[in-house]
Amino acid sequence: MSDLDQNHINTMTKKAVAHAAAAEAFIGDEERTDWHDETLWFVRHKRDLAVNQLPEWEQLREQASRIKDHTLSNLDKYLMEFEKNALTNGVQVHWAVDAQAHNDIILDLIKKNGVDRVVKSKSMLTEECHLNPFLLKQGVEVVDTDLGERIVQFRDEPPSHIVLPAIHLKKQDVSETFHQHLGTEKGNNDPQYLTEAARQHLRNKFVESQLAITGVNFAVAETGGFVVCTNEGNADMGAHAAAVHIACMGIEKIIPKAEHLGVFLRLLARSATGQPVTTYSSHFHRPRAGQQMHIVIVDNGRTRQLGRPDFRNSLKCIRCAACFNTCPVYRRSGGHSYHTAVAGPIGAILNPNLDMKANADLPFASTLCGSCTNVCPVKIDIHQQLWKWRQVLAEEGFVDPSKKIGMKGMAFVLAHPDLYRFAGKMGRWVMRAVPGLVNNKLNLWFKQRDMPAAPKQSFRDWYLDKNKHSLKK
Amino acid sequence: MKVGLFVPCYIDQFYPSVAIATLQLLEKFGCEVVFPLGQTCCGQPMANSGFANLATGCDNNFVKNFVGVDFIVSPSGSCVLHVKEHLKHPDKEKAQFIREHIYELTEFLIDVLQVETLPATFPHKVGLHVSCHGQRGLNLSSMSELVAPEFSKPEKLLSMVAGLELTKPKRVDECCGFGGTFCVFEEAVSVKMGKDRIIEHEANEIEYITGADTSCLMHLEGILKRKGSMVQTIHIAEILNSDLVPFKAERS
Repeated sequence: MSDLDQNHINTMTKKAVAHAAAAEAFIGDEERTDWHDETLWFVRHKRDLAVNQLPEWEQLREQASRIKDHTLSNLDKYLMEFEKNALTNGVQVHWAVDAQAHNDIILDLIKKNGVDRVVKSKSMLTEECHLNPFLLKQGVEVVDTDLGERIVQFRDEPPSHIVLPAIHLKKQDVSETFHQHLGTEKGNNDPQYLTEAARQHLRNKFVESQLAITGVNFAVAETGGFVVCTNEGNADMGAHAAAVHIACMGIEKIIPKAEHLGVFLRLLARSATGQPVTTYSSHFHRPRAGQQMHIVIVDNGRTRQLGRPDFRNSLKCIRCAACFNTCPVYRRSGGHSYHTAVAGPIGAILNPNLDMKANADLPFASTLCGSCTNVCPVKIDIHQQLWKWRQVLAEEGFVDPSKKIGMKGMAFVLAHPDLYRFAGKMGRWVMRAVPGLVNNKLNLWFKQRDMPAAPKQSFRDWYLDKNKHSLKK
Repeated sequence: MKVGLFVPCYIDQFYPSVAIATLQLLEKFGCEVVFPLGQTCCGQPMANSGFANLATGCDNNFVKNFVGVDFIVSPSGSCVLHVKEHLKHPDKEKAQFIREHIYELTEFLIDVLQVETLPATFPHKVGLHVSCHGQRGLNLSSMSELVAPEFSKPEKLLSMVAGLELTKPKRVDECCGFGGTFCVFEEAVSVKMGKDRIIEHEANEIEYITGADTSCLMHLEGILKRKGSMVQTIHIAEILNSDLVPFKAERS
């Protein structure tokens, strides 16, 4: 194994830094943070312009939400229907209970076909399952063919955004990466020059590869077919050139009917990038003559999430990333601060299901402003679920014990009006008389903000003073 | 009409002028206002930190204090939303009555009192900060994410104030980053969000930033003071009450 491969595995498996610390490091470069924030806000703005073209936008969201709710309530039925129809179409169907099973199935297919070069278009599921490092360990070269994913793959980084994987990088960074890996001219930051280099590089990979892996955006139960959306056509290039096509999907990707695509495809691209439709929405139904087509249907904790009444509807997600782009915290902390395959607000409600301990910080990486819920094309109540996850995590003991002690103390004081008034009065006196006790390094508020002035009289004091005659009687 | 004035704990302690303005404003419109003396906090700090079960004491105290009034009004969208969504009590009927009859000040003025004119004067250029819990939680104004008709209860009230020139930041309803305990546990992001809001307001050359939630204003004020800005924060109640009583906020 090369150093690069080992680095990649290390990157994917290294212990994560909690969100707040990673975010602070990100913000350390304020100019880059501003650029990141503005770039993603631009995408949110494009989304606003696009959705305002459709007077029926809110009805579309409602319809999509109901189709997904219905599907989640009949998931077994639709998955079986999908399998039956896919088999009839000549597609081979595999079921994976978890990430390991998913990776093993793919490795098995690779080995059976005697393949050592694989191309893969964007699939957040394979990121979730850490397929790339797994295959690298087995000596299989996997080339990510989405431009953004190829860039981060060269850099041994995970994607920082599910639609725009390299959005944390500037063209100068890409130029340097391509110079190192593709031999492009050093310091040439011309986007067209760089894209052309990537295009030529990937062309060769498509031609050489014997097996193509794609994701699935929508799997249609009534036809057994599936739809893959890309803007670069890279899923098609891979699937059309290779002798074996493996499509990987989570169980929640199912929709009952082909006509429902008319709802979801309209919502997806507008929510994701403000486009009316993705450049390529490719419908796959059956293998071409001489080709093998496989579908791997993966659970990996999804049925567990389905069993949590408060969180089940997170499975409605169609991975548009509108919640990322609108999230004021995501825009200022970067995708890597979420240390999971799916970052952002939706990641913060999906990932605690996968590993509560490792992802206990994520539901707290939010002000609960609710913008995510409003942009969600399938109406997931994301910010409400963030609040509910906080309760679950505290209940299960995954919140810092010192925070719990502080909260207990606060709760006790606030439950006793006399104590509250005494503490308030003392606190304000200290702030006035000994400000250094409050205005110091230990006070995180004070680090970059002044404390509010501490008035001599609380409102209650003022009220009693004003009404001393009438209240006495 | 008997109105119970709910003064959130940090307003009671640090921003009495906001509560005074709220009280005077409600009295001006003919409400019989009572201030239950044993009130403390709505319990939101615990609940938003994951310890809603520790808020029982606050819930019980809240119900004990506010039972018996027709409406409960408060100059804080966030605390009102918390009570509306999460107040629990063994006496379910009492808790339900409170949840259904608690109002944020501007929605109470517009929806219940149906205020059409105000005798207020505030001859200043003011930037409006839209607070998330009031907007997206209590529906005080339309939201930039939704395809829906535009409206704003706070703006409607501010438009009644003589001499006031209202401006909005470029991103009309982006969060300021306060977020309760988020402001200390995610200090870096919190402050960065606040700084960015302030930059947009400053671009409009305003004298004041106003809003319906003192918590957001406290956060923005902390950043403004630290950078030595001339821009001040002022709660919407203080503006709406500005000409009724010549009370000058104690802190200024």
